[in-house]
Amino acid sequence: MRAAVIVFPGSNCDRDIQVALRRAAGAPPVMVWHKETSLPAVDLIVLPGGFSYGDYLRCGAMAAHSPVVAEVAARARKGVPVLGICNGFQVLTETGLLPGVLMRNAQLRFVCRTQHLSVETTQSLFTGLYRPGEVIAMPIAHMDGSYFADDDTLRSLRDEDRIAFRYCDARGEGGADANPNGSRDRIAGILNGRRNVLGLMPHPERHADALLGGVDGAALFEGLVRALAA
Amino acid sequence: MKAVVHVTLKSGVLDPQGKAVRHALGALGFDGVGDVRQGKYLEIDLAENDPDRARESVEDMCKRLLANTVIEDYVIEIAG
Repeated sequence: MRAAVIVFPGSNCDRDIQVALRRAAGAPPVMVWHKETSLPAVDLIVLPGGFSYGDYLRCGAMAAHSPVVAEVAARARKGVPVLGICNGFQVLTETGLLPGVLMRNAQLRFVCRTQHLSVETTQSLFTGLYRPGEVIAMPIAHMDGSYFADDDTLRSLRDEDRIAFRYCDARGEGGADANPNGSRDRIAGILNGRRNVLGLMPHPERHADALLGGVDGAALFEGLVRALAA
Repeated sequence: MKAVVHVTLKSGVLDPQGKAVRHALGALGFDGVGDVRQGKYLEIDLAENDPDRARESVEDMCKRLLANTVIEDYVIEIAG
């Protein structure tokens, strides 16, 4: 699997994803600066976490209009898998590749903790190595992670099995404490209609090595490698 | 000419920042404060001199960058 990681001014998880991808794929990803207007032929494009352009105007709004993202969007529409983590998820909603928007956390505080998630669908390139309904843990670290979409959008996400991950407690259940940011329907990650674009607020790359305190994120990268090699 | 743009959250979209401001105003003793909605204010200098064309251009700016129309409304004023 050949992957590209897009690097914006203010990205800060690009090196972590580089390590996670190198470990899963056996080869390092190509790091692509945001000013590039073309991309090499790749099997996967990753938009990493961070604070692109200082979160000016709205999180992800500036990055959504940076030169390379037009090419990312074109590839996504052709079916190339695209993974957006945290700020990358915000960029994907701002480009319209994913529906809805990530708003300021309901409690108005930056939230940084290890969060339980339930795997809501295994029918994707990204989640195929998890078990349906499996409860996993990944770090979250964001100020603007409250997922909002109108009722019609939420209904189609549910009906089309496009909710990839939900926030939950250790038993896999909902409830006030299980939702770290006020997201509607406890949504932590969603897929596009074609299921080749995943955006999620949690950081799988920060739980891809036992030394970092967990390995639940590794299955996402290993699953991608396996799916894309098939 | 100059354009002034107000970007605000659509009604029905929860505004936790506005809510926090309302609580803080209450704590300061400002009674009778109802709902508070927080938004953005932008002043844009334009080379364009025709008000209609200026408005059209700013409208396009709002749709493509200044507002996220999933959750935000915008109001444009064109000043001479």
